[in-house]
Amino acid sequence: MTETVSLQASDRSASGQPRLQMRNISKSFGGVRALRNVDFDVYAGEVVGLVGDNGAGKSTLIKTMSGAYIPDAGEILIDGQPVTIQNPQDATRLGIETVYQDLALCDNLDVVANLWLGREASRSLGGLRVLDETEMERQTIEVLKTLEVKIPSVRSIVASLSGGQRQCIAVAKTILRQPKVVLLDEPTAALGVAQTRQVLNLILRLKQQGLAVVVISHNLHDVFEVTDRITVMRLGQRVSTYETRNTTPEAIVAAITGAKNSGANGAI
Amino acid sequence: MKSVDQDTPRQDGGDALVPQPVTDDAPAPREKFSLQSLMRGDLGFIPVLLTLALITIYFQLTTSGIFLQARNLSNLTQQIVVISILSVAAVLVLLLGEIDLSLAAVAQACAAIMAVVSVYQGFNAWVAIGVALLAGAVIGLVNGFFVAVLRVPSFIVTLAGSIGYAGFLLLVMGQQSTLIVRDETIRSLAPTYLNPVLGWGIPFAVLVFYALGLFYEQRRRLQAGLKARSTSQLAGQLAIVTAIVAIMVFLFQSYQGVPQAVMIALSIVVVFWLLLKKTTFGRHLYAVGGNAEAARRAGINVVGMKIAVFTLASTLAAFAGIMLTSRSTAVATQVSSTLLLNAIAAAVIGGVSLFGGRGTVWAVVLGALVIGSLDNGLDLLNQPQSVKSIVQGAVLLLAVTADAVVRRSGLKSGR
Repeated sequence: MTETVSLQASDRSASGQPRLQMRNISKSFGGVRALRNVDFDVYAGEVVGLVGDNGAGKSTLIKTMSGAYIPDAGEILIDGQPVTIQNPQDATRLGIETVYQDLALCDNLDVVANLWLGREASRSLGGLRVLDETEMERQTIEVLKTLEVKIPSVRSIVASLSGGQRQCIAVAKTILRQPKVVLLDEPTAALGVAQTRQVLNLILRLKQQGLAVVVISHNLHDVFEVTDRITVMRLGQRVSTYETRNTTPEAIVAAITGAKNSGANGAI
Repeated sequence: MKSVDQDTPRQDGGDALVPQPVTDDAPAPREKFSLQSLMRGDLGFIPVLLTLALITIYFQLTTSGIFLQARNLSNLTQQIVVISILSVAAVLVLLLGEIDLSLAAVAQACAAIMAVVSVYQGFNAWVAIGVALLAGAVIGLVNGFFVAVLRVPSFIVTLAGSIGYAGFLLLVMGQQSTLIVRDETIRSLAPTYLNPVLGWGIPFAVLVFYALGLFYEQRRRLQAGLKARSTSQLAGQLAIVTAIVAIMVFLFQSYQGVPQAVMIALSIVVVFWLLLKKTTFGRHLYAVGGNAEAARRAGINVVGMKIAVFTLASTLAAFAGIMLTSRSTAVATQVSSTLLLNAIAAAVIGGVSLFGGRGTVWAVVLGALVIGSLDNGLDLLNQPQSVKSIVQGAVLLLAVTADAVVRRSGLKSGR
């Protein structure tokens, strides 16, 4: 764990290959068909918004990406290569990182300890393994600088940070693993205006770093600010995918509620 | 709580919908001393140090100077050895966010096993001690299995355990109500005084390592381009620690020397402090206590951690039982009623949270000193057990209340 964190931007048009692609994904829970033949893709250096009403299948789809659920049918490809994701460890190994709503930070530990939790850098001291705090702190500062995350100190206890800062730390934690795809589940829920800005900035930063970012959100305003494309889910199916700059919140709301059919303006 | 956000929303038009973060890098202003910071426990050991100072001054005045005499301090520190070791065990479990109510029963039961192996079976002292420690580890494994794997609340598991192990103690002891240990090795563990060479040598060897560690860390941090404390700050810190150690050793030497038991207890504190602060195991222990779900998601084996901690705690309890036996030269069938609560109280008075994830093992030293001083001082004043119990109960209640208030004010400020 001593290599520096580098995040190369890769060009979407150059590869032409989606970073993460899901084809014909279906998933049932008993008699409930949570996902029906869903297609989804996200490219490197792109932010895709995943929107839909409660129960539309957004979370189920995210969980099949992150390995929490195994799809009944369909295939998942990373950089064009078919992969199998049986559990969260598989997803992590393949470079898919998920930031859940409830953050999963340890309030009693400082920022450095949280960022490195479970993967602490250590060095040998007279045959004993001890934590390498210096190295961890150095890399933490580096990552937070890359992501332009502002906190009082990397040695602040997480409990003392604001909601936005905590969300940023939760995202930065995934970045340390050098992922290819970052899934964000409601990253701006329960945040104030300024804190939401902080997180949206961070999402744009991830995009600049060449990561493929998927954002689930109920807040269409936020979705329109940061995404390149918006995928609308409804009743376990993908309604359509829209180019953000060619569509309007009204069209998206119509697609979410099913008021209009999917041939609306801006649909791909 | 003030907001620490430095971003201010700007109303830029066009495609710059999301403003760039403000680039000024002003450090957050240092928190001022206030009642609030006291409530949040930001001041660390200062409240308990003040308490200890008050207790010391009070007893020093009321006992006309006997309290701080070398002889009394030597006695006092030896009286709290067993509590301290047991309290280290309690700290480990408390940091995890669990509790172990069986520690005193385990200590006594394992001491009985050692006594029986030594007296009846006639084995060598070290074999007897080894068997006792092993029995402690096995008991800890059982506790940990129920808590971590079967997910029974630790309160219930160890409460049941404390009853069961007390019964086991009776079983091991058979007809005897007290079993006198005659083995010289076991009897000499606690009451021995170290010779001056070791008495001065060991603490100062540790101090040298401590100093080397401080300056090595400072150099590494500077090399990595990180903020490091200045050499004068480190020297100041080192001077304070050295002074405390020197005064303690000097006082001990002016009576009969450094008690071996005190040295052992302090060594245990230092070892576990290093374990908690400097190793991955310690980091994970705090993480599990702070947020078990986050720890699990980070790939930490939470079940394994819990079993390991309960095993360690019970093994330490067994060792505390051995020291207790060595001091009293006998094992009784009666489990001391105050031992367990004093051990947990020492941890809590020293600032270890009952809710997990907060506190250090040094809490044990301060907490045990507070409890030991009260006990010792009230004895010097010839106060009856009734008064001692009332005072100790009040102090414990105060400490737990402080913990709860700190936690609540923490929650209020959005933690």
